[in-house]
Amino acid sequence: MRYFLLIFVLAIATVLGTAGYRGTLTRKSPLELFPDMKRQAKLRPQSETHNLFWEDNRGSRLPISGTVSRNSPYEDTPLNTGRITGTTNFVELNPLPVTRELLERGRERFQISCSPCHGAQGDGKGITTQYGMAGVVADLHDAKTKKIVQQPDGEIFNTISNGKNTMGAYAPNIAIEDRWAIVAYVRALQLSRLANVDEIPADKRAALKK
Amino acid sequence: MSDTFPKWTNKLPAKVMVGAILVGTALTGGFWYYFTPKYVRVGYQPIQPVAFSHAIHADQLGVDCRYCHNGVEKSWFSNIPAASTCMNCHAQVLATDPKLALVRESFKTGKPIPWVQIHKVPDYVFFNHSVHVNRGVSCVHCHGPVNKMDEIYHAKPLGMTFCLECHRDPGKNLRPLDKITDLDWSYSQDAVKAATMAKSAGEKYVHDMKVNASQNCSACHR
Ligand code: HEC
Ligand code: HEC
Ligand code: HEC
Ligand code: HEC
Ligand code: HEC
Ligand code: HEC
Repeated sequence: MRYFLLIFVLAIATVLGTAGYRGTLTRKSPLELFPDMKRQAKLRPQSETHNLFWEDNRGSRLPISGTVSRNSPYEDTPLNTGRITGTTNFVELNPLPVTRELLERGRERFQISCSPCHGAQGDGKGITTQYGMAGVVADLHDAKTKKIVQQPDGEIFNTISNGKNTMGAYAPNIAIEDRWAIVAYVRALQLSRLANVDEIPADKRAALKK
Repeated sequence: MSDTFPKWTNKLPAKVMVGAILVGTALTGGFWYYFTPKYVRVGYQPIQPVAFSHAIHADQLGVDCRYCHNGVEKSWFSNIPAASTCMNCHAQVLATDPKLALVRESFKTGKPIPWVQIHKVPDYVFFNHSVHVNRGVSCVHCHGPVNKMDEIYHAKPLGMTFCLECHRDPGKNLRPLDKITDLDWSYSQDAVKAATMAKSAGEKYVHDMKVNASQNCSACHR
């Protein structure tokens, strides 16, 4: 019995010693003892196909050049391009009805996608300007020249979609409706610094005077 | 007349019983401890091809999860960002740093960065991000404090028990929709107070949004 107990305790100690505890960080990929149907030979997004079906092994296929996927916006409409159909002129006004919901959506999306560079208020003082982007990021209020303030809505839409100079394109990351929502919100931000007292409803003015 | 069995055998049945119980307990305990997702998966932290840090990007810079994982609200899977998303910033920030060589190469050639996938439910499980994220389940519940991780690891077991624990009573795990990606958020600093607030708010969400977290096998195994 003594020997049995000794071996028993030793065995437990070895297991604990080699296998460790729950939650220890490890580089080893999880053991799948019974493979069952855990990993099936089917296509998953963003995964390697391994089966050499395609040469580049990409699970998420790129469109074949010269083709357009069915749900991608290809029509030459102001909504899709920010330009008047058939011309290269930008549309003056947002093709979506500017509602409270659109502005709320725009604010949320602006915080997510734009504020890291342009700052929450659009003044070009986002966090990345502290890490090597100082002086490159545009101030959307553009206090001196008012250049961006005077741009048509379509041009801002185009900047978001395709980028401009040092700013990257956001078309792959932001849906079209959301881009227009952001444009509406950028307009609201700009207005907030352009408005004068007369434009504020009389009943709200008192609160401001204080 | 001599004994058929020597005296020491009197104690043998008891000893065998004790031995069997000990070994049985140890084996059951061992299996329970070592062969469940809490041990098998939690802590998995593969070496990634680029030393990308969520702690720097999500916490220090405060970039929202959806800046990079922008499909998470719309589709069943959460996308890993393309190199062009990184290059929005890294065209200027650390533009020549060797740590980002692979990202620049991928941006130029279009060859994907071979990120190692960490969270992976079995293929017979149907999972959907957007249904959870749009009903107030935060990333932190299923992925742990990602925004504090320099190198990302598997923080939650994500086994069937884990899913069902919540599906049986989702209310207390829900939070306001604008706090989904704010991983540090909680109802209150005080844990006890936070729990009661989560409970009462949860009942409201479940009622208002008609949350129906199904426990039918066919919800997750279709
Ligand atoms: C990675 C940092 C970054 C992000 C994120 C970013 N921008 Fe920019 N943006 C820039 C830089 C840099 C410029 C200056 C471009 C130049 O003229 O060189 C700029 C310029 C602009 C301009 C002015 C273009 C002009 O006509 O001069 C607009 C408008 C603009 N950004 C809007 C946006 C909006 C809206 C978003 C959110 C979808 C956004 N930006 C996100 C970096 C960024
Ligand atoms: C919002 C802008 C932004 C985006 C988008 C971004 N980064 Fe960064 N990244 C930064 C900043 C700022 C730093 C910190 C630079 C410093 O500390 O000097 C950084 C640092 C890094 C570092 C160095 C970390 C270290 O240990 O020093 C790596 C690697 C990196 N990023 C990879 C990536 C990858 C990969 C992506 C795309 C998935 C990405 N970044 C997207 C802004 C960004
Ligand atoms: C700057 C871009 C960026 C931001 C912001 C970001 N991520 Fe990521 N995330 C990545 C990249 C790139 C990877 C793949 C590399 C890796 O696993 O480290 C990744 C991987 C992950 C994974 C693991 C995926 C797997 O393989 O299973 C999770 C979970 C995750 N991110 C969650 C989050 C959460 C939650 C947030 C918000 C707090 C967030 N991410 C913010 C770029 C980002
Ligand atoms: C209800 C639990 C749950 C929530 C909430 C959740 N995830 Fe996930 N996540 C998972 C599971 C399960 C997987 C593995 C999916 C698979 O097998 O493809 C996963 C995978 C991922 C991946 C890797 C995808 C891949 O294909 O490599 C990323 C990135 C990710 N999640 C990010 C996020 C972000 C960001 C959020 C918050 C906005 C979030 N998740 C919220 C459960 C969740
Ligand atoms: C923190 C809570 C929580 C966790 C953890 C969770 N879920 Fe859910 N899940 C929900 C809620 C809430 C809903 C209901 C959404 C609704 O009402 O539409 C849901 C819905 C679903 C649905 C859609 C059901 C339907 O009827 O279409 C699937 C599938 C699902 N979950 C799978 C999973 C899987 C797989 C896991 C484990 C990896 C998981 N969930 C973990 C809260 C959770
Ligand atoms: C909320 C989602 C969900 C529901 C509902 C659900 N399952 Fe599962 N099930 C899972 C997940 C996730 C796994 C994968 C577990 C793992 O890999 O650790 C799984 C795994 C399994 C397995 C395989 C276990 C193994 O390790 O081989 C079986 C069998 C199973 N489920 C049966 C059922 C049955 C029967 C029901 C109905 C009573 C059910 N499941 C309902 C999510 C669910």
